[in-house]
Amino acid sequence: MEHGLVLAGTLFAIGLAGLLARRNVLFLLMSIEIMLNAAGLAFVVGAAHWSEVDGQVMFIFVLTMAAAEVSIGLALVLRMYHRLKTLDADAASTMGG
Amino acid sequence: MNAIFYIASAVAVFSTVMVVTRRVAVHALLYLVVSLLSVALVFFLLGAPFLAALEVILYAGAIMVLFVFVVMLLNLGRAAAAQETRLLEGRTWAGPVILAALLLLEVVCVATGSVGPPQAVHSLGPERLGAALFGPYLLGVEIASFLLLAGLVGACHLGRSADGGGG
Repeated sequence: MEHGLVLAGTLFAIGLAGLLARRNVLFLLMSIEIMLNAAGLAFVVGAAHWSEVDGQVMFIFVLTMAAAEVSIGLALVLRMYHRLKTLDADAASTMGG
Repeated sequence: MNAIFYIASAVAVFSTVMVVTRRVAVHALLYLVVSLLSVALVFFLLGAPFLAALEVILYAGAIMVLFVFVVMLLNLGRAAAAQETRLLEGRTWAGPVILAALLLLEVVCVATGSVGPPQAVHSLGPERLGAALFGPYLLGVEIASFLLLAGLVGACHLGRSADGGGG
């Protein structure tokens, strides 16, 4: 089980590094998807270790939430590109600061 | 069996690193599909065959396709790739990599320190998953459908007025 958790942690860390380093909002969304998938993998590893199905149920909920979030996020990306003509996350700064 | 797990893990990690370091969005999306497929193989090895199929069909097959459609709609071109190359220099990666590596080190220490010897992996088929979803987790399923409805309505509204007036 610890190998599976190490894999999940590695994927999560890579997604986290990508989320912190990139400025293109598409890559930010992709990094978030990587992190969600890694968290779901951790759930499934736990389910396999204890032979309980609850981890798999949690993964289905994580998958559902990722799908809803991606659809809204991509619609927002389209709106942002329509208005700001760029995908740079630093360009959306008119709220001040 | 373990060799397959390590090979699939290596493919997943390598393709994920390629995802976050690409300049062109479509390349990164294709590498992400590879990463999701290798994680689906790991699910199969962990005794979750139904979840492996769901990962391929839903995550790699629907969510990534949605991503690819949006990237194609945006029609970015060479200027975007050049801008990415300009934004993404070497020292941008120093902070995030250090922070992520620290977290990974902690996860490895926790994972390998407090877990006993691995036991045999039992396959948890879809019938047990379905029994759990229709049993104790029924409320969660209904709430998930609320979430999907909210996502559907929100995406429909946000997508519709993008090309009309009002910005």
